[in-house]
Amino acid sequence: MPDRTETFAGGFANAVFDSQAVFRTLMDCMARPGQTGEVTLSLAPPAPLGIAAGAVMLTLCDHDTPVWLSPKLSQSPVPGWLAFHGGAPLTTERHEARFAFFEGRAPLPSLGAFALGSQEYPDRSTTLIIEVASLDNGQPLTLSGPGIRDTAGIAPNGLPADFLRQWSGNGALFPRGVDVVLTAGRRLVALPRTCKITAKTLTESVAETPASEG
Amino acid sequence: MSAPHTEPVTAPESAGEAELAAYNFAYLDEQTKRMIRRAILKAIAIPGYQVPFASREMPMPYGWGTGGVQVTAAIIGPEDVLKVIDQGADDTTNAVSIRAFFQKVAAVRATTHTADATIIQTRHRIPEHTLKEGQVLVYQVPIPEPLRFLEPRETETRKMHALEEYGLMHVKLYEDIARHGRIATTYAYPVKVHGRYVMDPSPTPKFDNPKMHRSEALQLFGAGREKRIYAVPPHTDVVSLDFEDHPFEVQQFDRPCALCGATHVYLDEVVLDDRGGRMFVCSDTDYCETRQAEGHVGEMLATSEREAAE
Repeated sequence: MPDRTETFAGGFANAVFDSQAVFRTLMDCMARPGQTGEVTLSLAPPAPLGIAAGAVMLTLCDHDTPVWLSPKLSQSPVPGWLAFHGGAPLTTERHEARFAFFEGRAPLPSLGAFALGSQEYPDRSTTLIIEVASLDNGQPLTLSGPGIRDTAGIAPNGLPADFLRQWSGNGALFPRGVDVVLTAGRRLVALPRTCKITAKTLTESVAETPASEG
Repeated sequence: MSAPHTEPVTAPESAGEAELAAYNFAYLDEQTKRMIRRAILKAIAIPGYQVPFASREMPMPYGWGTGGVQVTAAIIGPEDVLKVIDQGADDTTNAVSIRAFFQKVAAVRATTHTADATIIQTRHRIPEHTLKEGQVLVYQVPIPEPLRFLEPRETETRKMHALEEYGLMHVKLYEDIARHGRIATTYAYPVKVHGRYVMDPSPTPKFDNPKMHRSEALQLFGAGREKRIYAVPPHTDVVSLDFEDHPFEVQQFDRPCALCGATHVYLDEVVLDDRGGRMFVCSDTDYCETRQAEGHVGEMLATSEREAAE
């Protein structure tokens, strides 16, 4: 019998003000990719869902938003926790999901399998919340795009293996595409679809040089 | 969702002693806020694209800034400091009533000083004082679709945005030149955001368009009756449409503000009598008052104050 406490406990202590605080953190991060936000309030989502990921879940998911959970999350107490605190329906169809959650080291399926929106309604796309081990001691990445003055840097540790390749494919679909929130424990960083990511290596920087004209 | 609150809700201590009335913080229910918040995040992710949202009835008529009010209500918290302006002024009907609304339903601190505000809700102006990181500018938008007066069908304008087909807008600006010898559009001047979407900056004078370009502040746009939310993230290209031989220009004023002597600001014309008397004063009242307090004197500032200044 599953531990019922995990289902009922650990939500927002004050739904109105806690969700507002989490949303503002997330909104600031979405408006400034590369900026790290922190969820400081007390929240205890069931493992393996992280605190920031759980906070985003309770702030944005409700009965209007089908949620897709990674296989490991869907076998954890998370579905019950989400149902009790958020009331959001689960879906196994990735293209129906408004939000998709991944625990740390979860394999990343093709981003194209999620809702990408249409050319007329690019907003009807999935937002992926991906847990990584850390946001600042992994591979250094350079970000550019709207919300960033020149460039910004993050160094997520534990990014899914082919994320960068998939992300550049996602950017090529603009204005369609998914948006991503990377979470690590209490911290989060947002990657809207407009964000360009390049790895700080010599070969990548050569690849970034615009092709000669003609 | 739980049943509507029947007990008075008290804001956390940071919001002060004020006790909120028997409705939710910032008026909207939580489900509505989540819906608007999701729309805001997608709007930020697709700069300039108008995200449809389920606009609610507000306790004020459409046209009074219900879109901006809903956006502000979805983002505001007890720590925020709110400024509301109407055509640049803090003391006009629309600004006063919306400020009072949020003081009542969210018990937030209000200010008239641009630099002190964390959220600035605006009707048709961008403050003269340069906005900085951490500030959010919320625009009240009447007609969010820049192509609407050229093509009335939503299905068609949506397809034009999807295909990035903005030739019609350039034809409109060209017809201005053909008739008037120059681009005669002076407000709601169309802009292209992040090189992709053509966007209506709301009926701000085109004088304000350059302030949107790579602004430090996040800019959110809410259209209540038309049920659209759109956004411009900080440091994002916002380029006013123009032609090589008719480049975009802002309004020029041939005299400084009559009260504070400011130049390079947007001025309102005030008619003084029925014999052609008029004066030009700053549209941004906070900017003008701050300058007067700093000792700047315009040619028509009241004589007693002028004598005091001299």
